[in-house]
Amino acid sequence: MPWDRNQMAARAAEELQDGWYVNLGIGIPTLVANYVGDKDITLQSENGMLGMGPFPFEGDEDPDLINAGKQTITELKRTAYFDSATSFGMIRGGKIAAAILGAMEVAENGDLANWMIPGKLVKGMGGAMDLVAGVGRVIVVMDHTNKHGESKVLKSCTLPLTGKGVVDRIITNLGVLDVVEGGLRIVECAEGVTEAELRAATEATIV
Amino acid sequence: MKKVYGSAQEALDGLLFDGMFIAAGGFGLCGIPELLLAAIKDAGTKDLTFASNNAGVDDFGIGILLQTRQVKKMISSYVGENAEFMRQYLSGELELEFNPQGTLAERMRAGGCGIPGFYTKTGVGTVIADGKEHKDFNGQTYILEHGIFADLSIVKAWKADETGNLVFRKTARNFNPPAAMCGKVCVVEVEEIVPTGSLDPDTIHLPGIYVHRIIQGQHEKRIEQRTTRKRETV
Repeated sequence: MPWDRNQMAARAAEELQDGWYVNLGIGIPTLVANYVGDKDITLQSENGMLGMGPFPFEGDEDPDLINAGKQTITELKRTAYFDSATSFGMIRGGKIAAAILGAMEVAENGDLANWMIPGKLVKGMGGAMDLVAGVGRVIVVMDHTNKHGESKVLKSCTLPLTGKGVVDRIITNLGVLDVVEGGLRIVECAEGVTEAELRAATEATIV
Repeated sequence: MKKVYGSAQEALDGLLFDGMFIAAGGFGLCGIPELLLAAIKDAGTKDLTFASNNAGVDDFGIGILLQTRQVKKMISSYVGENAEFMRQYLSGELELEFNPQGTLAERMRAGGCGIPGFYTKTGVGTVIADGKEHKDFNGQTYILEHGIFADLSIVKAWKADETGNLVFRKTARNFNPPAAMCGKVCVVEVEEIVPTGSLDPDTIHLPGIYVHRIIQGQHEKRIEQRTTRKRETV
């Protein structure tokens, strides 16, 4: 059985090291916060907050306190607020240890596409281009294939890029791959997924 | 110099003209200058260019100016929550310049600090870099981005004193300080104007030098994505 969303998030949480400041993207990456356990991890929300807390209890929502996905959230004892220029200053300046992001496509050279489908979907890159260019380590969490069963782990991206050569590690429902010289290296397969199955679902070169 | 005005309409008097460039604070619907945007709608100023991270939703924020076709161009990082925006953009009625969010924030900050350009790694190797100067520093490639110099800044803060010193609240600060800095004139709406001397000088987020006109008003402060968790029953 491939990993489900929560198992992917739990696997991604293993990537985080004690003391890290981390930015989590929208979707499955948001779930990673549920699995950090005892590790001392400070979550950044790029709209201007370090020390992001969980969703508020019903009735405690504050319109002045949201995350980058525009969801109501809460603060923690360690929380600090700042403006958007300061927020992206710490991202661009390499102070954020890692970003965990979703993706539409990832290529074997580390190229990432997750912001635009030409002619179809116009949403914008938000802070994704700044994050992948600035943070210490970029970890992608996504389904290995699209809804048509085609690989999202490609030789080269077909969609407009978010960043060139920026991805360090890919965690999918089928396993974990690292971007290395010449292609991707299998780090592990999801429980019950064979290496042959992982290779068959991957268009990119596996070295 | 008197900075406190009676209404959004009064505070914008003499500042609006067709084809102008406005920098607006806010992230999503959080910390947006909702009263000033409503007053710009009423004023009917046309062909506006906005530097604003988002474009509001269909019936709130900059979205209300899209409905009335007052906006010619948006400089934004994310416009995913606005169906009318997408319709106007895809049909070619509205110009859109996507800026990475951090690039947009820094463009505003830089403009406000008198910095006409800066180099960043953000967007290298993407469509964002097309046509921009590339330059290598210490073996890494960067692109040149330009500071934003707007005709007008419209901003929302939590509190102001009568000299325009501002305090923001939680994540409603977001783009408001950099947006405030990059305009020739900055108009601020706040929830409360307090007497000068009642704010602790050490806790002021943006000094009044950047602020020219202030109004106090009632804010709707709409929530875009209300997310909660259940109280645990003990």
